[in-house]
Amino acid sequence: MSFLIDSSIMITSQILFFGFGWLFFMRQLFKDYEVRQYVVQVIFSVTFAFSCTMFELIIFEILGVLNSSSRYFHWKMNLCVILLILVFMVPFYIGYFIVSNIRLLHKQRLLFSCLLWLTFMYFFWKLGDPFPILSPKHGILSIEQLISRVGVIGVTLMALLSGFGAVNCPYTYLSYFLRNVTDTDIVALERRLLQTMDMIISKKKRMAVTRRTMFQKGEVHNKPSGFWGMIKSVTTSAPGSERPTVEETKSICFLHCYSLKLLCDLNLDAHFVPDLTLIQQEVDALEELSRQLFLETADLYATKERIEYSKTFKGKYFNFLGYFFSIYCVWKIFMATINIVFDRVGKTDPVTRGIEITVNYLGIQFDVKFWSQHISFILVGIIIVTSIRGLLITLTKFFYAISSSKSSNVIVLLLAQIMGMYFVSSVLLIRMSMPLEYRTIVTEVLGELQFNFYHRWFDVIFLVSALSSILFLYLAHKQAPEKHMAP
Amino acid sequence: EGSGKMASLDRVKVLVLGDSGVGKSSLVHLLCQNQVLGNPSWTVGCSVDVRVHDYKEGTPEEKTYYIEFWDVGGSVGSASSVKSTRAVFYNSVNDRNEYGSCKAYAYPRRDYDREQFADNQIPLLVIGTKLDQIHETKRHEVLTRTAFLAEDFNAEEINLDCTNPRYLAAGSSNAVKLSRFFDKVIEKRYFLRDGNQIPGFPDRKRFGGGTLKSLHYD
Repeated sequence: MSFLIDSSIMITSQILFFGFGWLFFMRQLFKDYEVRQYVVQVIFSVTFAFSCTMFELIIFEILGVLNSSSRYFHWKMNLCVILLILVFMVPFYIGYFIVSNIRLLHKQRLLFSCLLWLTFMYFFWKLGDPFPILSPKHGILSIEQLISRVGVIGVTLMALLSGFGAVNCPYTYLSYFLRNVTDTDIVALERRLLQTMDMIISKKKRMAVTRRTMFQKGEVHNKPSGFWGMIKSVTTSAPGSERPTVEETKSICFLHCYSLKLLCDLNLDAHFVPDLTLIQQEVDALEELSRQLFLETADLYATKERIEYSKTFKGKYFNFLGYFFSIYCVWKIFMATINIVFDRVGKTDPVTRGIEITVNYLGIQFDVKFWSQHISFILVGIIIVTSIRGLLITLTKFFYAISSSKSSNVIVLLLAQIMGMYFVSSVLLIRMSMPLEYRTIVTEVLGELQFNFYHRWFDVIFLVSALSSILFLYLAHKQAPEKHMAP
Repeated sequence: EGSGKMASLDRVKVLVLGDSGVGKSSLVHLLCQNQVLGNPSWTVGCSVDVRVHDYKEGTPEEKTYYIEFWDVGGSVGSASSVKSTRAVFYNSVNDRNEYGSCKAYAYPRRDYDREQFADNQIPLLVIGTKLDQIHETKRHEVLTRTAFLAEDFNAEEINLDCTNPRYLAAGSSNAVKLSRFFDKVIEKRYFLRDGNQIPGFPDRKRFGGGTLKSLHYD
């Protein structure tokens, strides 16, 4: 009976999480897009729902809510479902949507997506070889095999994000790093941008008139056929494409020579045709310049806003936080180095250590069991909430930056995959922050994984990521002012 | 010999507005180059293209003008910094008395903010792109609904597929509507200034272009 009640509670909460994931998808990620595939939305929401349920189970574990056996059952079930989604469903659909975008393979979509999935499974399996993550006594198709590999990928992601975040957070909060942008800089850049647009317009006017005159003389069709069409189709690039490659330039030169000869033969007005190709190249270069100027201007506006924000009360508060976080970041890097060099893994969780310190050194006596439970709950809760929030925000930013109307489905599925793996590995690592009596369920459910390996791996990747972020930000910061101050 | 005369033609500007991914770049390419855009990619910043148009074609008052299509609604970034940069384009376009506005949308469509076009003095043409993507059975219903909306804005309406040039073939009703729209824009710009005040709208508002600045792109 209690099992039924517990299950209904779990299912209700899962439906709630599903709804939240659905809303997030609609309101945040896909708010700019009109066309939505429901399959993608469902997969994303389901992944989100089951990942959140795992965290919910940890919280229930700490608080002692629900029956212990029903908790265990739901743990196992949840884990199986999530692994099924992460290893079978999402990769398959990613392959399917990638193949759908390619026109050639459109007819045999299913076949090619199966092939892609098999390739993914091969590499996924091979991932386990270089890492000492399993004891050899486990069978081939056990949960531990899958979780260990998912864990490696997820922990790598976590450490990368964590390292970058630890460095980027003080960099963005501190106003010390803000470039000095004045209004005159912005106005000057805007003027350059508008001048470039004017030049583009005047060249396009020439081209439009030339085409019209040629058309009126009846010498050219508007469809890309015939000799002039061939020249046009070789040299006319669509907006947004790259500058002409070396091959294209060579063929343009060849065509120029050939066309001049032909023009003499056909007794036509020679200066029209070469003009078009040359002007088109100039227009392409100018358009590329205008795009860069646009982005730089937007960047300057953003910096100006940040400067103004830093003068407000909130800005000053963030600046202070920035100093605090920079100290925290340095400390974390230091600890990661120590852990690697001295090959040690923390044995006790922060809660128990904190309580030990207060009891032993400060002499404060209090009910250890009661307080350790509640403090762990709060600590673990904070960790969970901040990591979910941080991940969703990062995913949203990433999505806006790189998606387009064609690739949006693939990218969302990739993000769902990353999110699922991230959350599974969070559970792996969060084990370290919980007191011993709560760790047992995680150990029981996840099986005999080499948890120490994952912590060591996290430290290594975190260190690498943090140091490379420092280097990267340093280079980017140095390079930026020279770009804008150039006349 | 012709190029000397052509360089000094007058011009009007048309703003092309619409959601991201709707087909504005394809539309402008089709209108100006009479070709389908081969590999569309999203627009960063502002893209301009030019079309040569004969005002009052076939009559003795025939005159040639340039029509500049300004497509400022690219999908890169909805950050306020990008909005501010786009505002630069709106301002610059307004300063020089822009007088036409072409709105592109794809089906199905959200309701647009009516206040954006409260200033009825800017000629408006509503263009539905991606006609081929509406299923045959729903076509009639969608087209009637959008026709009502266009009437609300006191605008003409065209529905087409940007990847098929036959919708704008010479002599088709779409081509005629386009021509009429361009003529209307040219008239507003060059022929109604001489003393003919448009009733109810003082000069200040006409040149302020307040409506266009309040467009949102989130």
